[in-house]
Amino acid sequence: MAFLDKHKILERNATLLLVFSFLVVTIGGIVQIAPLFYLENTIEKVEGVRPYSPLELAGRDIYVREGCYVCHSQMIRPMRDEVERYGHYSLAAESMYDHPFQWGSKRTGPDLARVGGRYSDDWHLVHLRDPQSVVPESVMPKYDFLERRRIDGEHIQELLATHRMVGVPYTEEMIELASVDFRAQADPDSDFDGLLERYPGAQVRNFDGAAGISEADALIAYLQMLGTLVDFSTFVADANR
Amino acid sequence: MSNAPDIDPETQVDTTGHEWDGIKELNNPLPRWWLWSFYLCIIWGVGYTIAYPAWPMVNSATAGLLGYSTRAEVAEDIALVEAANGPINARLTAAELTEVSGDAELMQYATSAGGAVFRTWCAQCHGSGAAGAVGYPNLLDDDWLWGGDIESIHDTIAHGIRNDEDLDSRYSQMPVFGEILEEPEILSVVQYVKSLSGTPDNAALVTAGEEVYLDNCSACHGDEGLGDIYQGAPNLADAIWLYGGDTDTLIETVTYSRFGVMPPWQGRLSEAEVRAVSLYVHSRGGGQ
Repeated sequence: MAFLDKHKILERNATLLLVFSFLVVTIGGIVQIAPLFYLENTIEKVEGVRPYSPLELAGRDIYVREGCYVCHSQMIRPMRDEVERYGHYSLAAESMYDHPFQWGSKRTGPDLARVGGRYSDDWHLVHLRDPQSVVPESVMPKYDFLERRRIDGEHIQELLATHRMVGVPYTEEMIELASVDFRAQADPDSDFDGLLERYPGAQVRNFDGAAGISEADALIAYLQMLGTLVDFSTFVADANR
Repeated sequence: MSNAPDIDPETQVDTTGHEWDGIKELNNPLPRWWLWSFYLCIIWGVGYTIAYPAWPMVNSATAGLLGYSTRAEVAEDIALVEAANGPINARLTAAELTEVSGDAELMQYATSAGGAVFRTWCAQCHGSGAAGAVGYPNLLDDDWLWGGDIESIHDTIAHGIRNDEDLDSRYSQMPVFGEILEEPEILSVVQYVKSLSGTPDNAALVTAGEEVYLDNCSACHGDEGLGDIYQGAPNLADAIWLYGGDTDTLIETVTYSRFGVMPPWQGRLSEAEVRAVSLYVHSRGGGQ
């Protein structure tokens, strides 16, 4: 096998070695990653999953900014104990509009993939303000500043447009009306029919109970919709996925 | 480079042919055990990809000879436990709630299963020991907003309180008295309410407060302030406070009202689980 004896050429030429190393890694990457884009059993369309509403997306940004993922996962694994504690195991489609996804890898706090509707808005507010006041055993830090920080959705259109750039199917209409929808969702007295049409299942409430829109409003709106989009009374899991 | 072995004169071992600045690498063989472990790992790896889902094909990956699937496995695990608990859950669902405590075996199952449900779903608000928190009732004492008998507890847990998801949820709403009463009236009624279970800060206001109370509050909270579990109106005379019994908190409560919410658990939990956790809560000490 004479060509195997030619390794000296590679070993003595740093640039060539780099090029060939890159080729080898590329082949590994293609074999591992490329099939995920076309294999039918890794792409599962699930009814009900929709892009985040502007307020939810703003809340999600706060979630990412505060590093909630460092202690909270959003990934219920298919194991009996997890399903019993947190609900139906997570489906890939449920995080298809997450950029970046918030699966996390550590659970100092509980998994939040299905925290939506589990607690009242008021509980979330009190718990963010002072976690130990409702859960004395908790080691979570206080996020009481969130309810004092006003947000006005100034850059919400750009935020939606950016998410569209990475593949979230926001329509022109959604982007155009982003700041209207942003305000409508936190105000139960607003005209929110359009919002509900664009984002089915969005919850319209004054999440923090105070006038105006605070970061707590956005974060609670996001938390309250987590894991609520798929109707598991009609969803039938394909065992082969 | 030649194919003839290049023997190192010092050790009489051939070299790999790799050379740098006159330094050559000896071609000593790898230990046998290491080499064989390596080969075995390769064979095992090939077997593994045949037995388990692995190779990407045109439309889907190979399913593997063992037909393994994490989703099927978790469904199987859950079915196994459900089958094992099936008979006793059926007994619990069929039993009269008031009579479960007479059946030692069923009661033991209900309270331990209910304890697990409580720690998973209820502890975040009501505390891991069920002692409650500000705004979230203590479930250990004898003070019940919506009734402390087992049927009432079951009803409250199944349908929740003041939520839009369940039409049968418990519902009541105290008016926002800040829009109805004048500030002095609120201050005096607070002193009267304080006098029901302790000492008011300002005894002079109590008589005026009583009048305000009888005109505005007694319809729900009763003439003596004992509350009404049919309207979820708290007892104001038992020195147990959900949001706090100090003057400032009471003024806040009367002025802005309160609106505690509890989710409905029917639907999220099975009927057997709702019954189990109801019996668990009822057995904590406060049950009537």
